Amino acid sequence: MIRRLLERLTAKIDGPLFALVACVLALGLATLYSAAYQAPGRVGAQALNVLLALVLMWVAAQIPPQVFMRYALPAFVLVLVMLAGVALFGDVRNGARRWLPLGFASVQPSELMKVAMPLMLARYFHRHEAALRLREYVVAFALLAVPTAMIARQPDLGTALLVAAAGFYVIFLAGLSWKVIAGGSAVVLASLPVLWGVLHDYQRRRFLTLIDPSSDPLGAGYHIIQSTIAVGSGGITGKGWLGGTQTHLEFIPERATDFIFAVYSEEFGLIGASLLLVLYLALIMRGLMIAANAPTFFTRLLAGSITLTFFTYAVVNMGMVSGLLPVVGVPLPLISYGGTSLVTLFLSIGILMSIQHHRALVQT
Amino acid sequence: MRLAEIRDTKRDLYYFQLRLGVAGVVVLAAFTVLFGRFFYLQVIQHQYYDTKAEDNRISIVPNPPNRGLILDRNGVVLARNYSAYTLELTFSKIADLERTIDQLAAIVDIQPKDRRRFQRLRDESKGRDTLPIRNRLTDEEVAKVAVNRYRFPGVDIKGRLFRQYPLGEVASHVVGYISRIDDRDLERIEESDQSGNYKGTDHIGKTGLEQRYESALHGTTGFEQVETDAGGRIMPGKNVQKLAPRTPPVPGNNLALTLDIRLQEAADRAFGENRGALVAIEPATGGVLAFVSKPGYDPNLFIDGIDPASWDALNNSPDKPLNDRALTGLYPPGSTFKPYMALAALELGTRTPSQTIFDPGYFVFGNNRFRDATAGGHGVVDMYKSIVVSCDTYYYMLANDLGIDNIARFIGQFGFGSRTGIDIEGEFVGVLPSPEWKVKRFKNPAQQRWFPGETISVGIGQGYNSYTPLQLAQAVATLANDGVMFRPHLVDYIENPITGERTHVEPEASKTIALKARNLEVVKRAMVGVNKEGTAARAFAGAGYVSAGKTGTAQVVALSKNEKYSEATVAEHLRDHALFIAFAPAENPRIALAVLVENAGFGARSAAPVARKVLDYYLLGKRVDKPVETAHPPARRTDKPAGPAPALGEPADAPAEAAPAPKEDEAND
Repeated sequence: MIRRLLERLTAKIDGPLFALVACVLALGLATLYSAAYQAPGRVGAQALNVLLALVLMWVAAQIPPQVFMRYALPAFVLVLVMLAGVALFGDVRNGARRWLPLGFASVQPSELMKVAMPLMLARYFHRHEAALRLREYVVAFALLAVPTAMIARQPDLGTALLVAAAGFYVIFLAGLSWKVIAGGSAVVLASLPVLWGVLHDYQRRRFLTLIDPSSDPLGAGYHIIQSTIAVGSGGITGKGWLGGTQTHLEFIPERATDFIFAVYSEEFGLIGASLLLVLYLALIMRGLMIAANAPTFFTRLLAGSITLTFFTYAVVNMGMVSGLLPVVGVPLPLISYGGTSLVTLFLSIGILMSIQHHRALVQT
Repeated sequence: MRLAEIRDTKRDLYYFQLRLGVAGVVVLAAFTVLFGRFFYLQVIQHQYYDTKAEDNRISIVPNPPNRGLILDRNGVVLARNYSAYTLELTFSKIADLERTIDQLAAIVDIQPKDRRRFQRLRDESKGRDTLPIRNRLTDEEVAKVAVNRYRFPGVDIKGRLFRQYPLGEVASHVVGYISRIDDRDLERIEESDQSGNYKGTDHIGKTGLEQRYESALHGTTGFEQVETDAGGRIMPGKNVQKLAPRTPPVPGNNLALTLDIRLQEAADRAFGENRGALVAIEPATGGVLAFVSKPGYDPNLFIDGIDPASWDALNNSPDKPLNDRALTGLYPPGSTFKPYMALAALELGTRTPSQTIFDPGYFVFGNNRFRDATAGGHGVVDMYKSIVVSCDTYYYMLANDLGIDNIARFIGQFGFGSRTGIDIEGEFVGVLPSPEWKVKRFKNPAQQRWFPGETISVGIGQGYNSYTPLQLAQAVATLANDGVMFRPHLVDYIENPITGERTHVEPEASKTIALKARNLEVVKRAMVGVNKEGTAARAFAGAGYVSAGKTGTAQVVALSKNEKYSEATVAEHLRDHALFIAFAPAENPRIALAVLVENAGFGARSAAPVARKVLDYYLLGKRVDKPVETAHPPARRTDKPAGPAPALGEPADAPAEAAPAPKEDEAND
């Protein structure tokens, strides 16, 4: 009886994907316990977030991909309207206008866009699968550009980057000509000076301090310097769980959220960091496999984009903490403290599972 | 149609999977780069970052040493330390400084004066994050702040040692003071490679002995390693045993002076309200017994930053209390120059003791008539009489006969116009006039020429002559010591407070002037005559010892030929300075001194009585005026209206013996 129930519950859950996610989550909670030693309540709160997100993942896994496709356009339009709402009457927190007050709760529409964007573009390409010309790609880029620009203006560079990445992966996987990619890259490179002019001061500083963190050791460079020290001082075996001096003496800023990887690699060293890389790699490979076996153009594009966006999360965050990339507000997937990113991540994973489970049903 | 579509789909799938493959390669490449980065940081550069992390968490806390004490020759404490609490503000932790101070003022006493002083401190030490708003909190205030601490982040009570000068104004110029380290001090500390030793030290010697003997007084800072968090808070920790052992601070050395502070006080009182300077030296060692510059100031005001009002009062006072007159005041020696002139005449064979001149009351040189201060002159004058009555004409002639080169060469041996090398900073050099000096001094060739007429005034200690009271004292001490010269010094020995080991400043003769005993005897006998039957006879009437002296009056303004100096008609600050040099007992001198009383007229009337009191005190232990029971004379503020000081002889505190002397006595000196 109980076994039956369990089978019913887990029927649409992808075993390998779930196992990998569970491993990373466990590592994440342990690291958070160390990072948030001063606020032990955070571990409980995060566990609650995880439970909530797991339920959401389960729900998403139950829904057939066609339903997602059906609601892709309304969802996209709704989120776009919300983004406009943020721009008009959003709450300003920490100098950025990101939150939309809805009376009962505040939401970050930019987070929702991370899911809505690949859904929308995958649906669009699916609709025009028969005759994909340059025009379709131009339209897709326009659909991508508008919300990305709106998010970047909030300003929230990290989320804008991830939304743009999610959209771009769909376009790329939909077969955007290599010539266009090469040409586009050239144009982007050429327009960098213009982009530089559009950036906010603090964003420019982040890029400059990446090149030379010591130029502003107490200001913008402080994050990079301290997190790099934490990573480097971890050595091969690390300082041991709860033994990180950079962590426990508060030298690492944002150590429970964006910079939690510094805590992790200080305490678990190169061995721990390698383990995490392997887990992430396996997760991504599983996602790519699901995409490769997906039955329809829509599901392929969606699964591929979700997986590669996850990859972008991980690489940008770890690259930032180890001083390879500029500081942008991108959390470490499944590990950083915070409910919002967990919810969107698990929603995406749920969608992946749904695609994997329903592949046979569609193919026939 | 349908076939084509299927083929299309297959081809699409193939292309899609190809693209996924490309993405997979990118993923692998990115992860490889990340792994490479981790390997670089955690294996190759591990040592570097590990050191950085250790530097982050381990702070070295300096443990500043206790500053050495300053004691007089009898062990009376002139500078000491006591511990008390300060209220300190850390700017980086305080959002609204003004509001915090306002709120603090509700619990502890913070006067506008404290705020101004605090502001001044901030301006002067821009780099400091923590500065005191109040010093010397009472126990009650400490308790109040402690109870309210949670309300005031960035406000701390700190216990530390304070410097105190218990005698206040007495010997303020000698002892000097310490004050907070400013940017210039920091530079000096860095240059002398003492930065480490001054970690945790807030104060440094600024003037006087506190400055000169800074390195001896300061001591060695101890260090302790502690674990701190990013906010600088010290962690009570499990890691402490891994840290290096603490090194204790080594306290600074004590200074024992040659100064006799009771004698100094006696001299201080003898000046009354007059401005001036007195330097008393032990001829056989060069040890300074008293070193007075009047008026003084309260050095305690400076320790933690003087408040602007007190500073203005001191700095703008016409009496210039901050000037060390004994060290940096330059005055013509007047007739106190004559014994050296006489000695020069004897040594160079220009005069014999019995050789006489006739003094008609003036000396004519070219078209100029140099007047004797006594109208009508002194008649027939030999060397003894020339000193006892202070005959100007005798020395006009002598100067003319000796010539400026001989005068400069001989007199220069006594240290006139050179630094004595005393152990406090800032000594002035003065002017020993000579043709060479004039060439150096003036740019214009017309002014560079030495006129023979200028030699004449040099002979009576006027003209370009200008020396510090310290130089006058050193010269008379050298004379008293038969030409054996010592470097004047204030510190007798430096004592290590732990081992008790003493490092003496050995009294070593810096040079010996070749003088014939016979000639010295003539001059000394004449100087005894000054105090017995000459210009200072009244001041030394009834003294219980035999002393030698010479009065002097230094002109502040040059008088035109036909003008007669009249005390009554000349503004106070333009009146003549009174001088006196002396040593006693005449046979075996234990003390030699030079006194200068600014704008006080004749030396016999105002400077000699000061000398008498000091000599009485030193040789007879006689207390003059009322004895001072308290070691804390009330700080005298110089906030009295700027006006002429009371004329001499008028105020009640004028020396009792200094009743206006008969004209004959004071006419010449």
